[in-house]
Amino acid sequence: MNITVDEIRRIIIASAGAPESASAEADFADTSFDELGYESLALMETASAIEREFGVSVPDELLFEARTPRDLAELVRSAKEAAAA
Amino acid sequence: MTRTVVTGIGALAANGLGTQEYWAATREGRHGLGALTRFDVAKYPATLAGEIRGFEAADHLPDRLLPQTDVSTRYALVAAGWALEDAKVDPASLVDYDMGVVTANALGGFEFTHREFHKLWTEGPQTVSVYESFAWFYAVNAGQISIRHGMRGPSSALVTEQAGGLDALGHARRTVRRGTPLVVAGGVDSALDPWGWASQIAGGRLCTGTDPDRAYLPFDRDADGYVPGEGGALLVLEDAEAALRRGAPDILGEIAGYASGFDPAPGSGRPPALRRTIEAALADAGVTAGQVDVVFADAVGVPELDRAEAAALGEVFGPGAVPVTAPKAASGRTYAGGGSLDVATALLSIRDGVIPPTAGTREVPAEYGIDLVRDRAREANVRTALVVARGLWGFNSAVVVRAWAPDATNDLS
Repeated sequence: MNITVDEIRRIIIASAGAPESASAEADFADTSFDELGYESLALMETASAIEREFGVSVPDELLFEARTPRDLAELVRSAKEAAAA
Repeated sequence: MTRTVVTGIGALAANGLGTQEYWAATREGRHGLGALTRFDVAKYPATLAGEIRGFEAADHLPDRLLPQTDVSTRYALVAAGWALEDAKVDPASLVDYDMGVVTANALGGFEFTHREFHKLWTEGPQTVSVYESFAWFYAVNAGQISIRHGMRGPSSALVTEQAGGLDALGHARRTVRRGTPLVVAGGVDSALDPWGWASQIAGGRLCTGTDPDRAYLPFDRDADGYVPGEGGALLVLEDAEAALRRGAPDILGEIAGYASGFDPAPGSGRPPALRRTIEAALADAGVTAGQVDVVFADAVGVPELDRAEAAALGEVFGPGAVPVTAPKAASGRTYAGGGSLDVATALLSIRDGVIPPTAGTREVPAEYGIDLVRDRAREANVRTALVVARGLWGFNSAVVVRAWAPDATNDLS
């Protein structure tokens, strides 16, 4: 099962709260974490929740390269493929 | 020298969420104590607490702050926001480095940490929130307030047990004098989860009675410990000139004097530091004992400590020479929140010409020699008030607040 951008959104909000700016949320998947107001701890908390729910571990050094929720979904997909290979 | 004034108050306690509610209850001596409801407290030796009721964090704070904050930090953020609103300060319109934050905290983020420890032991380390890294921490309130309001000036956190609220105001005044025009300062605490409760019980001073009307009775013949509360107050302190320049709507009073002292080692035979701390604060304010209109006492409600405080007050002021009150009997002791909440209360006493009563206390032993305001508020022209606080292990602090008089020159030396 591949993780979707909507699932990423759900997990981020459960882990670190909904973004402050409503306009940023309108285009959540392609808005930068900076603009959404998520700092590195929010991403770590999200990654830990992803690992628990999907069994995929994203190393910190890769995690912080993700700029947007869509990037993060892509990262989780490739980490999963790498683990399966 | 720069004069430091208070231009805004944000207060919350068991007997009032917000300054207005708190002050209305405090004037009437209406307490907010009762059996603790946050968990099943029946098997614990102490069961009474001053719990804040009806506080929904999501009504006051952005969603982003909820997963990362302990209840005590939520209270601190809300109190800071209210204080800025009260002072009509819009931080975005001021220079970020011209605003500081000084907070005191005695307990840290107990409830948050208790929850994360529970997850650690039952579900494993992967489940522990990354926000535990700072949510427990004594300095987190200063940090979160600083981030939320863009206040990047000198900021500090003080940990001096229950004297902390006064030490924060003293240090904030120092910060203003060093050139930061505005500082949000004070203390807030809360630890009413099972772990926090066990820790408070271990302190050994909690009242074990079950009747909230006869539990926390400072200076009473029947005093038998205190009832812990939660909350406190944050204040906006400003350089008086800067406050006048920006057109602050109200100057509630001046932080005129401050001192802290530390008790000698047990068994040394030397007297506790309280008396000289009070005298140093009066000297710092340039006022004599005779000029003080009211004392807001530390009032632990433990006979030995009440007696020591009454003795220090008697030595400084003379027996029965000054009205003494302890409104914290109605809110419960809010640890580092207590001192700043008392300073807020003293400022409201000055504003309204009324000394709030010590709820509950009926009979003060004659040998204490203090004129304790009991039963109902006393009307009085309050111009100068002394606030006293002590913390476990030897902390003593005192603050003198004074009605604002723009042309006062006695501290311009």
